[in-house]
Amino acid sequence: MADQEDDIILSELDDEALALQMHDDLYDGLKDEIEEGVNILLGRGWEPYDVLTKALVAGMTIVGIDFRDGILFVPEVLLAANAMKGGMAILKPLLAETGAPSVGTMVIGTVKGDIHDIGKNLVAMMMEGAGFDIHDLGINNSVDAYIDALKEHNADLLGMSALLTTTMPYMKVVIDTLVENGIRDNYIVMVGGAPLNEEFGKAIGADAYCRDAAVAVETAKEFMERKHNQMAAG
Amino acid sequence: MQLPDATTLTTSGLAASGSGGRILLIACGAIAREVLAVTEANGWDHIDLTCLPAILHNHPERIAPAIEQAVTKHRNQYAQIFVLYADCGTGGKLFDLCKKLGVEMLKGPHCYSFFEGNAVFEDRSKDEFTAFYLTDFLVRQFDAFVWKPLGLDRHPGLRDTYFANYEKLVYQAQSQDDDLDRKAKDCAARLGLKYERRFTGYGDLERELIDWIS
Repeated sequence: MADQEDDIILSELDDEALALQMHDDLYDGLKDEIEEGVNILLGRGWEPYDVLTKALVAGMTIVGIDFRDGILFVPEVLLAANAMKGGMAILKPLLAETGAPSVGTMVIGTVKGDIHDIGKNLVAMMMEGAGFDIHDLGINNSVDAYIDALKEHNADLLGMSALLTTTMPYMKVVIDTLVENGIRDNYIVMVGGAPLNEEFGKAIGADAYCRDAAVAVETAKEFMERKHNQMAAG
Repeated sequence: MQLPDATTLTTSGLAASGSGGRILLIACGAIAREVLAVTEANGWDHIDLTCLPAILHNHPERIAPAIEQAVTKHRNQYAQIFVLYADCGTGGKLFDLCKKLGVEMLKGPHCYSFFEGNAVFEDRSKDEFTAFYLTDFLVRQFDAFVWKPLGLDRHPGLRDTYFANYEKLVYQAQSQDDDLDRKAKDCAARLGLKYERRFTGYGDLERELIDWIS
């Protein structure tokens, strides 16, 4: 995708061509070009939200699809994510200023004993890009850390991640504690990580198992829509 | 028996010799050398060994289907088959498969655990979850299993994305080998981690094999 990269001057492209070029640049993990593209679009009067969704999230969605299809691999996805992070760092303060409504609030973190946060970070970034407020607890979280954060941030969703078969059972500890405290139904619980599957998600009482970041975003949106509909129905 | 080199064990594994042994061990290529050492030390000449490509370690979703194929292929030629894999990231799928096929497999989550001894490893892992482990084989094949698959040969800047949460590299040594010790130390330096060498020998691998075969 980057064969002609040296010849392209981003500022000379029209809006549509620039957005498409940014999809390519994200795919190729070109952080500097993404930051430049974001600044150009903002300079042309684009709303921060439009830059986020039409240039960054749309580009990252292509990355996600090609990862799922085995065309891209983890290193390339990480480079793309790093480029997107660069663009989001510019947009975040502007989005906060414009007061874009939050789709929902999520507390996310890897479970106790697990330090593998690559998948969790990708999910957090894509959720943020989709308009969710994210409270990322980082790695190695105890049940108390999750519950305290859920209460503190008045969260809608809890995301738990684990890479190891030895740490994934801790997700059940967290869910069981939510049940014991009578607050399980207050939260949509989503779980993910390489050794997990649908069956495990059901067995531990999660609302959903999400196999990748794109699925996590779609699942979270669906659950939030259902929640709003239920509240509207009274 | 002469084993192929580590690169061949990584990519191709080892075919069964078909030398008339009554028991077949189907092992991960990454533990071929250690399995052979145990069988030779015990004088088990009724044992045959076949190995799946060790690189399946990086693709755990492919392990159970490969084991099923290997057991099905060989089961008529041997009185008994043992699977020398632990769970190895299959999330219980290998356990379910072995139960269905009626064959034994190794206990524990992975080779780092059974080399150290499952009980010891479990106990230690409560405080040592920031350790990155390498065995003899993985030290020899560090580039093929870690450096290249993570893209660090092409994008060294990604190192901290992968390893910032780790604190140390623990080399679980199955053998006394100064060259491997030096190489493991170099692996730790390349990953930006502190280094610790820990001699494990063959741990539960040897104990379980003796329980099964003797």
